[in-house]
Amino acid sequence: MDILYKVFIEPFVFMGEAPDLLLQTLWEGLVSGVLYALIALGFVLIFKASGVFNFAQGIMVVFSALILVGLYEKGVPAFLALILAIGAMLLLAVAVERVVLRPLVNQPDIILFMATFGLTYFLIGLGELIFGGNPKEMITGPLFLPQGTTELEMFGGLVRFQHLDIAAAVIASIMIGLLAVFFSKTRIGRALRAVADSHKAALSVGISLNQIWVIVWFAAGIVALVAGIMWGARSGVSFSLQIIALKALPVLILGGFTSIPGAIIGGLIIGVGEKLGEFYWGPLVGGGIETWLAYVIALLFLLYRPQGLFGEKIIERI
Amino acid sequence: MSFRKLSLGLAVATMIGGTVLPAAAQDSIYVPLFTYRTGPFAGSGTHIADGMHDYLEMLNQRDGGIGGVKLVLEECETGYDTKKGVECYESVKGKNPVIVNPWSTGITLPLIPRASVDKIPILSMAYGLSASARGDIFPWVFNPPATYWDGLSMIVKYIGEKEGGLDKLKGKKIGFLHLDASFGKEPIPLLQELSKELGFEVALYPVAAQDMQNQSSQWLSARRDRPDYMIMWGWGSMNGAAVKEAVRSGYPMDKFYSVWWPGEDDARAGGAGAKGFKMLNWHAVGTNFPALQDIQKHVVDKGLSKAQKDKVGELLYNRGVYNSLLIAEGIATAQKLTGKKAVTGEDVRRGMENIKLDPARLKELGLEGFTDQLVLSCSDHNGHRPAFMQEWDGTKWVKISNPIEPMTDRVKSQLDAAAKDYAEKNAGWPKRTEACDKAS
Repeated sequence: MDILYKVFIEPFVFMGEAPDLLLQTLWEGLVSGVLYALIALGFVLIFKASGVFNFAQGIMVVFSALILVGLYEKGVPAFLALILAIGAMLLLAVAVERVVLRPLVNQPDIILFMATFGLTYFLIGLGELIFGGNPKEMITGPLFLPQGTTELEMFGGLVRFQHLDIAAAVIASIMIGLLAVFFSKTRIGRALRAVADSHKAALSVGISLNQIWVIVWFAAGIVALVAGIMWGARSGVSFSLQIIALKALPVLILGGFTSIPGAIIGGLIIGVGEKLGEFYWGPLVGGGIETWLAYVIALLFLLYRPQGLFGEKIIERI
Repeated sequence: MSFRKLSLGLAVATMIGGTVLPAAAQDSIYVPLFTYRTGPFAGSGTHIADGMHDYLEMLNQRDGGIGGVKLVLEECETGYDTKKGVECYESVKGKNPVIVNPWSTGITLPLIPRASVDKIPILSMAYGLSASARGDIFPWVFNPPATYWDGLSMIVKYIGEKEGGLDKLKGKKIGFLHLDASFGKEPIPLLQELSKELGFEVALYPVAAQDMQNQSSQWLSARRDRPDYMIMWGWGSMNGAAVKEAVRSGYPMDKFYSVWWPGEDDARAGGAGAKGFKMLNWHAVGTNFPALQDIQKHVVDKGLSKAQKDKVGELLYNRGVYNSLLIAEGIATAQKLTGKKAVTGEDVRRGMENIKLDPARLKELGLEGFTDQLVLSCSDHNGHRPAFMQEWDGTKWVKISNPIEPMTDRVKSQLDAAAKDYAEKNAGWPKRTEACDKAS
């Protein structure tokens, strides 16, 4: 009985007793969730346009952030470094299309997936070769990223809102909004959707697959750069960030591999879910459940909706 | 490819490989250095690797090696990955290494049973299995100058003194933020014993390797539990992220302690808010020692070092120097004991047991005042030396305490029991047959 009480009653009693901590946990979860969503978006963009699950998205987050910080450390002004980092992601997109995707056209998806594995290890090696393995501090002041904390007395306690977290949430939301507009309102966006629906049909109406792939990898690169800046500003830029990026996997399972709203909602559910789980139920098993809880949540969803919350329903002719 | 061509290729490869095997020569001593300059732990591993390499290279450049025998140094990148570390061990063991430094508790553990079989001593400097301090049970393993259990007892003792006595810890809560791996879990049994004995409560905050840079949950939990003190057992990017998160969450930094692994970069990560963060240490920082200046002159200035110039003399760099000081002293002592120049792993094991780094010897080595003395013996492979507390003042570490002796009375019985337990659980654990030198 005691264990049932601890699992089903006590956490909720504690939530009621300390609503300030509940609010703080929800806020931390939301911020993490937005950042997970941002990383997941990079995966979704590429998957939608090419059907490739880009395993390299995590290292692209690290690589782009390292370029930015590395250039700044060499004396390049922050905004110029930012523009050059964006340029580097464009170069990467072109290189990936020419060297990886084009030669592998018409190969099975698993081959393309394995190619992104190769790309991951190539970028890790290249990043370490150029920038070394030391963690670096993200530029914040010169990029006008706010620092400091606002403490609000709420529900009988103190709730802390980091300005950087607020900025992360706002910037990520703007980014997501822009992508949504880009996909639905622009000509290129419509072309991307056409490619996502059917490569052959898109080709037949004169859409260049190669061009679309470059655009989509470039867009994923920019998303990676923004994610790298925000995560990096929170906890430093190091190669362990690429592991955090794998948290996007349960987000994708949950939201569906092809849905932008799915990535957003999935990110928020995973972010909030893992923080609540760790905070209220983690102590029951000695803590540290955050690492796997996200996958459990995603698996539970999979049981009921294999295509994810917003994924396209899988219908196959037998 | 025909069988003939394949055989020919293999024969040529073997011949080429044979000629480049560095340790085959009789006029050299092969010292592999297990390092990690890549991966999530590179932020710590790189500086240690540089310090280790540069001290030994300085001996090569300045003195022609040790006792006139050149040291052949070879790095093997482990990425702090146990599997890769064991692969490194397997790849170097055929080259007659005189000692192996795993630089990871996770890698050390599977190597411990192999050491006595392969006759290669293991130096796990202030990390690894605490119980391996017992030379009578672990004749091939050395973990000076203090075990993790010693370190934990020093922190608890220091906190107790701050509170006005160990008895004042009763009713307090101590948080333990640790890497969720062999290394981070190593001191937990002692912490739990001390908590029972001294009456303080323990709250554990494990950090998975994949979440090292995503610690908001742990610090939220700390806000819920309100630990009076927080002790950290972290490595790699976990340390810097923890300092940042502690500042972010408003945890009082003067109550935040760490074992001896954070470096300057980790403290800097917290910005001005990191002031007051404390950690144990047992050696100096800076380059104001003849041996360090020789490193500058003979290695760094000649472009033989991979270290960034401004990192030479920083805490983790000097930690690597200390590690290599022990290696070099083990080799030099082995040469004295055996009368041989090109010593073997078995000789160096004897050398390590006879290390006597007293102030006179440290002065002779150009490291006067760099660290406390260390004397190892046949039965004591650790030394259980005191460490001091240092505090981050916003720009540098400042020593704030006298040497803190470990709580030997409390640790020794635990350590003996753990060593005995290890030998019993590992069926067929060999009884020590290696003779003890008179000096040790």
